[in-house]
Amino acid sequence: MRHTVTLSSETDWPGFRSEARRLLAHLVPPEDVAWHTPAGAAEDLFVPIADSEQKRPAAPVPPAQGAMNFVVPPAFLTLCEKVVLHQDPARFALLYRLLWRLVHERALRHDPLDADRTRARHMMQAVRRDLHKMKAFVRFRPLEREGEPPLHVAWFEPDHHIVEAVAPFFVRRFTAMHWAILTPECSVQWTPAQADPTAAPQKASDASLPPGELRFGPGASRADAPPADAGEALWLTYYAHIFNPARLKTDMMRKEMPVKYWHNLPEAALIAPLTAQATERSGRMVEAAPTSPARRIVQPVQQARALDPHPGAALPDDPKAALAALKRATERCRECPIGAHATQSVMGEGPIHAALMVVGEQPGEQEDLVGRPFVGPAGQLFNRAVAELGWSREHFFVTNAVKHFKFELRGKRRIHKTPGQREAAACLHWLESEIAQVRPRAFIALGATAARALVGRPVAVTAERGQWLEGPQGRRVLITLHPSALLRGDPAERDEAWRAWLEDLAQASDIASLEAAR
Amino acid sequence: MILQRKLAILADAAKYDASCASSGTEKRHSVGGRGIGSTEGSGICHSYAPDGRCISLLKILLTNFCQYDCLYCVNRVTSNVPRARFSVDEVVQLTLDFYRRNCIEGLFLSSGIIRSPDYTMEQVVEVARVLREEHDFRGYIHLKTIPDAAPELLHKAGRYADRLSINVELPTVQGLESLAPEKDGAAIRRSMARLTVHIDEAKAQKAQAESAPTVSLPRARPARAAAPRFAPAGQSTQMIVGADATDDAAILASSAQLYGAYRLRRVYYSAFSPIPDASSSLPLVAPPLVREHRLYQADWLLRFYGFEASEIVAPAQGGMLALDVDPKLAWALAHRERFPVDLNTAPRELLWRVPGLGVRTVQQLLATRRVRRLRSDDLKRLRVPLRKVMPFVVLADHRPGRVLEAEDLKARLAPPPVQRSLFDA
Repeated sequence: MRHTVTLSSETDWPGFRSEARRLLAHLVPPEDVAWHTPAGAAEDLFVPIADSEQKRPAAPVPPAQGAMNFVVPPAFLTLCEKVVLHQDPARFALLYRLLWRLVHERALRHDPLDADRTRARHMMQAVRRDLHKMKAFVRFRPLEREGEPPLHVAWFEPDHHIVEAVAPFFVRRFTAMHWAILTPECSVQWTPAQADPTAAPQKASDASLPPGELRFGPGASRADAPPADAGEALWLTYYAHIFNPARLKTDMMRKEMPVKYWHNLPEAALIAPLTAQATERSGRMVEAAPTSPARRIVQPVQQARALDPHPGAALPDDPKAALAALKRATERCRECPIGAHATQSVMGEGPIHAALMVVGEQPGEQEDLVGRPFVGPAGQLFNRAVAELGWSREHFFVTNAVKHFKFELRGKRRIHKTPGQREAAACLHWLESEIAQVRPRAFIALGATAARALVGRPVAVTAERGQWLEGPQGRRVLITLHPSALLRGDPAERDEAWRAWLEDLAQASDIASLEAAR
Repeated sequence: MILQRKLAILADAAKYDASCASSGTEKRHSVGGRGIGSTEGSGICHSYAPDGRCISLLKILLTNFCQYDCLYCVNRVTSNVPRARFSVDEVVQLTLDFYRRNCIEGLFLSSGIIRSPDYTMEQVVEVARVLREEHDFRGYIHLKTIPDAAPELLHKAGRYADRLSINVELPTVQGLESLAPEKDGAAIRRSMARLTVHIDEAKAQKAQAESAPTVSLPRARPARAAAPRFAPAGQSTQMIVGADATDDAAILASSAQLYGAYRLRRVYYSAFSPIPDASSSLPLVAPPLVREHRLYQADWLLRFYGFEASEIVAPAQGGMLALDVDPKLAWALAHRERFPVDLNTAPRELLWRVPGLGVRTVQQLLATRRVRRLRSDDLKRLRVPLRKVMPFVVLADHRPGRVLEAEDLKARLAPPPVQRSLFDA
């Protein structure tokens, strides 16, 4: 038994849906159906599209005779919506066959490389490309109208039946503009609503479109669109001058902007002359002898970098200025390899002559980006401890044993890497210079790198934590864990570890509460 | 000076910046606004010039007067090119006019350094402010940031712009010091870091605002404060290729660092090309376009195919990418012991390494092989370049045999030399 279905228009998706459901429910196999569309369906002049037909909710169809599962994957509906816009007359037959097979062959939905599915996907891609190119290559020209805002009119020739589908894009983009797009098959005009706050919204049912009127009409011809206007010359000037004649890649241009679009693009008329002159123009540039500058506008910006102190240079007497000079000097330090890869050096922060100096290991990812110590996750944990101990960060100085961030690049992430003894040793003189300016009475060493730098020998932190060790020149150093050790630690023992860490730190509470001298 | 002449000069001055992307930003439209403009995720290229570059944004300089003397730059202070300067309003009107014609997605504004970095940045930001605030323009805006400008100005730029960029210009600090004496590589990196922090912060706040439940008091309007916006399309940069002696391995290592440290959306590679009134100390030869193309391909391998920068350039090649074959094929030819790969069993990471298979193709192969065995017909339907793929893969009905051991495999796979016509330089 042969069935013939005539849809109401080239893009009658709702009609196709309901017919397909009916046929499927009656178990009509795809080879028994012939699908047709009336040629030149859109005969009526400027019929406003009924919104209810634009998007019908994707409700599952109740099973008819022979309780079949009609539920299809949502992706199939998206596919259909695009494929019905294709110009291939066989598209409806293909979609119905796919629907039939989806219902009757369970495995099909898991096989994206099935021949029918592949063909439908290619059609969808062709439609998408056409939609995209229409958004790109439509060119409006203003048409001045008496007593009305100018109407921007474009002439375009799409490959597929996409005008209705693409119109909302132009509405969203040019909501306040009056525009029309003419194509051989159909035309569309947008008139924004008058800015009248008392007016009731015209299309309360449709949240996707703003107030205004979108009208579709019959096809037009190129002669109906306005000719070039004076303003277009500016666009042509821009096109001619943004082109670099020294790099001709016309294949690439043709691939992305196929020749079939050229006759509707005003700038395309320039392609031939620009291409023809390119070789000669670029040859002239290569051959031209260098000229001497006609004038020097002003002297270039002063080179501040030349003034930077070099390692070993004398520091200013004022400790603040000295610390600033150290910061600039470490910025250019390449005594070990890690400085070259970091964003910046990160120096200590806090009052000069603070009684207590807290020394961590090295700046982390956040510190490297921000340029300040103790701002990353470990720094925040330390701040929590400071708050809990009732200390105040304004009273002591915080810094790191190593001044640059050492990391390993893994894919697109920088992973923290513990500085080696070589890097720590290379950096030690910067830390000592900092200490010489701040002159604290005591130190807290967070972790092994800081402990070794301050005490002058390898320190087994887990064994010697909570103790005051003596370093060179009678330096008093309280040893404890680095906060990142707590972050990495066993979650089950986190509370216990936190308490122990606070106990260690509390030994410095007397000194931490001292105001900075002077 | 008439507008058309200015436009000609300032477009000429801007064309050496490769970036033109209009993608990756938030979705916006002009519904409910006073003006025009929309962005819908993927960018749109409205035209292409015969140099093969897309025209998506109106890419111009505010002025090409400049105090700096960067040798590779057409606008350096010692060049005798004609100079011009737009007023803020001229740029605004040009942007809106081209936008209404549907010629562009928005504006990419850069500038020569006049008076001071801060003054210049202020002018650039003012253009964006007028477009956004006075004309309610909702299209795409990309601002070139001046690294030495004040942090407040960078912050303001991020509020109006979709994308910000700072050009590292040359892949190495040494190269920058010798060719662009006024530019400071460390300052460029610090600025990028600052943008990274702002972009991350805005992103985190947005995510928080979207996930937090709205609390509404009785009779109060349920409202949540809009998250502050900062360059939703992120930041990018550009390197000039071929102006100094840096090899491809160093360029890719530098890119990998930039992606890792500052989460750049893109690194653009711009083949150094002859410019009008060039400096005598630079190579004035045809731009290395194939090299530029290979670098982009390698960049893709870095970002989407799980390659590390250090493995892309074969050690045998003196730090340079092969010009005759693409970098993935070059890697496969140099690592034949890793092939053939069985498409029915190999993990995703290995499928990514097969020449000719893209990320999307791999996705579909993985989905299909869950329900059945993959055959050669499947590859045909996927329209992959079979000549390139088949020697490296095993399928239910295909084994490459000894072809992987063939000495002349590269010659067989490399595209045959083409007779170039006058128009395909």
